[in-house]
Amino acid sequence: MALDAKVPQGEMDKKWTDYKGHVKLVNPSNKRKLEVIVVGTGLAGASAAASLGEMGYQVKTFCFQDSPRRAHSIAAQGGINAAKNYQNDGDSVFRLFYDTVKGGDYRSREANVYRLAEVSAAIIDQCVAQGVPFAREYGGLLSNRSFGGVQVQRTFYAAGQTGQQLLLGAYGALERQVALGNVTQYSRHEMLDVVMIDGKARGIIARDLVSGKLERHFGHAVLLCTGGYGNVFYLSTNAMGSNVTAAWKAHKKGAYFANPCYTQIHPTCIPLSGDHQSKLTLMSESLRNDGRIWVPKNLNETRKANDIPKDDRDYYLERRYPAFGNLVPRDVASRAAKERCDAGYGVGTTKMAVYLDFADAIKRYGRIEAGKAGNHHPAEEETIVLGKKVIEEKYGNLFEMYEKITGENPYEMPMRIYPAVHYTMGGLWVDYELMTTSKGLYCLGEANFSDHGANRLGASALMQGLADGYFVIPYTLGNYLADEIRTAAIPTTHEAFEQAENAVNERIQKMMGIKGTESVENFHKRLGKIMWNKCGMARNAKDLQEAMVEIRQLRKEFWSNVRIPGEINECNAELDKAGRVADFLELGELMCIDALNRAESCGGHFREESQTEEGEAKRNDELFSFVSAWEYKGDSTWELHKEKLEFEIVKPTQRSYK
Amino acid sequence: MEHYNMNLTLKVWKQKNADSKGKFETFKVSDISSEMSFLEMFDVLNEKLIEEGKEPIAFDHDCREGICGACSMYIDGQPHGPWAKNTTCQLHMRAFHDGDTIVVEPWRSKAFPVIKDLMVDRAAFDRIIQAGGYVSVNTGNAVDANSLPIDKSDADAAFAAAACIGCGACVAACKNSSAMLFVSAKVAQLSLLPQGEPERRTRVLNMVTQMDKEGFGNCSNTYACEAECPKGISVLNIARMNREYMHAGLSADEK
Amino acid sequence: MTWKNFFTSSIGKKFLVALTGLFLILFLIVHASINACIFLNDNGDTFNAVAHFMSHNWILRFLEIGLFAALILHAIQGLMVWKQNVAARPIDYYVKKQNRNSTWYSRSMGIMGTLILLFLVMHISHFFVGTKIALYAEHDAPHDLYLEMKEVFSKGIWVALYMVGLIALFWHLFHGFQSAFHSLGLDHKRYTSLLRAAGTGYSIIIIILFALMPLSFYFGWIH
Repeated sequence: MALDAKVPQGEMDKKWTDYKGHVKLVNPSNKRKLEVIVVGTGLAGASAAASLGEMGYQVKTFCFQDSPRRAHSIAAQGGINAAKNYQNDGDSVFRLFYDTVKGGDYRSREANVYRLAEVSAAIIDQCVAQGVPFAREYGGLLSNRSFGGVQVQRTFYAAGQTGQQLLLGAYGALERQVALGNVTQYSRHEMLDVVMIDGKARGIIARDLVSGKLERHFGHAVLLCTGGYGNVFYLSTNAMGSNVTAAWKAHKKGAYFANPCYTQIHPTCIPLSGDHQSKLTLMSESLRNDGRIWVPKNLNETRKANDIPKDDRDYYLERRYPAFGNLVPRDVASRAAKERCDAGYGVGTTKMAVYLDFADAIKRYGRIEAGKAGNHHPAEEETIVLGKKVIEEKYGNLFEMYEKITGENPYEMPMRIYPAVHYTMGGLWVDYELMTTSKGLYCLGEANFSDHGANRLGASALMQGLADGYFVIPYTLGNYLADEIRTAAIPTTHEAFEQAENAVNERIQKMMGIKGTESVENFHKRLGKIMWNKCGMARNAKDLQEAMVEIRQLRKEFWSNVRIPGEINECNAELDKAGRVADFLELGELMCIDALNRAESCGGHFREESQTEEGEAKRNDELFSFVSAWEYKGDSTWELHKEKLEFEIVKPTQRSYK
Repeated sequence: MEHYNMNLTLKVWKQKNADSKGKFETFKVSDISSEMSFLEMFDVLNEKLIEEGKEPIAFDHDCREGICGACSMYIDGQPHGPWAKNTTCQLHMRAFHDGDTIVVEPWRSKAFPVIKDLMVDRAAFDRIIQAGGYVSVNTGNAVDANSLPIDKSDADAAFAAAACIGCGACVAACKNSSAMLFVSAKVAQLSLLPQGEPERRTRVLNMVTQMDKEGFGNCSNTYACEAECPKGISVLNIARMNREYMHAGLSADEK
Repeated sequence: MTWKNFFTSSIGKKFLVALTGLFLILFLIVHASINACIFLNDNGDTFNAVAHFMSHNWILRFLEIGLFAALILHAIQGLMVWKQNVAARPIDYYVKKQNRNSTWYSRSMGIMGTLILLFLVMHISHFFVGTKIALYAEHDAPHDLYLEMKEVFSKGIWVALYMVGLIALFWHLFHGFQSAFHSLGLDHKRYTSLLRAAGTGYSIIIIILFALMPLSFYFGWIH
């Protein structure tokens, strides 16, 4: 099947307006007859379900958590971008678009990104109207800060809890629709398959995670808003429950999986403390606004951080990238940290960490505060006290979190940080309308591949999730459903439902029947190690080939030796996890295949074979300016389809932040 | 920070499902690092149980960074354990010592029935939000975000209330299983903002009515909720809600 | 929202408890000031005169009905709230460390209130019943309340029981004073500490005043 992205014709800045002006509509009385299934209730899912409910569709939402409010969007800390130009610093839709395409290392679809930039401003309006308490200035107007990879201040934030506040806004809108009867909410439910009838997605098989029973749900269309698959690495900043299952089932039913190898490694996370570790914790990128990153200049440095004089410190980001300094994009910052640690300059007991130091910022803010109070020659101690207060106001909750986890006080000594898996740019391939290659099956938010190319800029994930849910899908879904108004609800006794449920049931039975000796967690950990070591921050052909063999072997072992205690028809967290890990074991292989196939470096995908003399990622536009969309062809077999990337506006160049 | 290992005895509530009667069971764990989080210690225990062919202990958890509100354990007589302003997932084993016995119970409230072991059903919170914990603004109806300046101190107070993670520790801590802190946090957030103004009266009335229906107890101002809230939500929000409720209830049109 | 809905809701009930509580707090000020007349050491002349006035003034007698109504309402509502609260947690915790999150007296309003109720039974039978009998059954016979006090408080057991009642009252007021304002929504960052200080001051002064009465009689500090 040839990939048709269905990008509207015309000038870039007119495409979306034109599309909206000509798109098919569904009249209100017909909307009432159309059912839509939304899987996942994070920013994309909750905003989509709420908006569609408001429009009059009959919506069902599904989430595996006990409430939609717990979706992992809630953990996003730093902020959300929008081209508001409230700071009068030259921002515009075009600049946001440009920065995002460039930040994504020229591997995203221009038209989608442009639309994202266009609707960004409306997101902020919508959220403020919902009562989302963004940070404000004393004049009562909204405050902004800057984020990595850009030179304007366009990031809106609510302390270090922006994702939480945005999600609770969308969750409120969703609950309102539940109260109005437009949305039915299924919590503690996990989607285990998509049901295809006559080539169209017509429903899902879901498992009630409390009773363990399988359920069939019909929908005229199915929306997957199920987030990213970073947990394939076992250790990531994702929530414990985050998984690829819904997207993977859709993939196996025909939806192409695009750019699976594009993973974002976030530079500022709390380093690993031991083998027991179950997850990694992010320290918001916003910290790089004020923190300076450094390692000792000397190998085998033994002094404590505070005892190392300035001259013996290597502020390597400022040294290598003077224009952007500590605010280079995430992929660049992560690789630079890895480079220093690999070279032996790492700090901490594991030597796999770098310092993120606030001492200078504390002094700087302290002097400003003292100056405000009329004291232009403050004593050092006084500036430190005042400065700490400012830092506390800006990042208090993050500093507290750091102290809880590490037992160290970051006001007194520099934080230790190290990169960790954070976000996956890859996902189900979608066209301009966010429809996958399976008709009637849509994919929104992190779960799709479309907007971030090979590297996502900070504060863009929240923007994309909400753009897709609030402002894109309400239009594009209508274009499909307008032709479905004659389709009556299909009873779930239809044989396709029957078959899908049976298949799901068989798989569960099979898994439970293995009764082996090794726990699910162990398999997950082992998979994570393979992925991190061989398909992580730096990749090469040899490692990737080995990884594929190892993953296949591990998968075989899983299916012959996994031990899942408990019963099927009950609340059984181990069984839930087993299904997810089984899918990760398949996805991992595809990620390696994709990474191997893409013999260039771009964004978060760094192939050691393809780098500049200075060790920067080197793209190969001639050969790889395309989206890899993989079609599932059965066990360990995929067929590659390419969507060629045409750049009308932004001309790809070597990305430079120097 | 000095690292150390410890052996612990855990007394944990085990309950097969909502209909069965539960009981405490005792477990031993050894070589627990002070660097582990409390839930990682449970992971270790669960792995051990699986290895022994037993059923692991069920508990709610997800983000493990203190923000999703899923984790909910009553640890040694306190929701989320001994650290102040903290969630179970962020509690680290540094808080305990070698040889300690730790008692772990689920949240106890009629409105939060136990699902299994340490998992409880907090859908009551969803239903309270459904009763009015939002601003009724359809997508696309918003005016420019800066068209309405908001006093910074009001915005900050609204944010402080909005920081609630809906974990239910307030209910668990309260001797009356009252949900007033949770409900008041949302009511206060929206009553502090001009966006919440049009529905100000109906919101508080409906949310409180739903709260009462769910079977939570009454607030008797012990302020245990504030002390145990992982986000430090202030009880002044409760006073604010009382005020809102009185104003709304006594000025509504009905007789 | 109907009146019924309002006053049967959880917050409405607390309003009633708070309003009646504040009324009782006001009453205690009057009660304590009148009783303080005994400290004039004039053999109870002033005290008896005021007591006589209190029991004969029609406005005050009307208020007295209100006082009893408030008291009963306060007690009944309080007990009903308490009953509901117990029902809200069918299975209690095995281990509780509530002292880490709240004060014992804030958690003991029900018990303290019950103690006060029992105390009131005794208190009313000691002083109030006699006054009323003199007023109605004995056709307004002269009644020496001062003497009655003197007699009751000459016995150690009564003095001791009064002390117990007053201790219960102290803790009840100590929490109840600011709690009532809180329930009525009259609590605010800026005024919280003021309210608490006022509540503490009030509770201490009132209880000391009351406690001095039986003690003074018992130890013969007044004649």
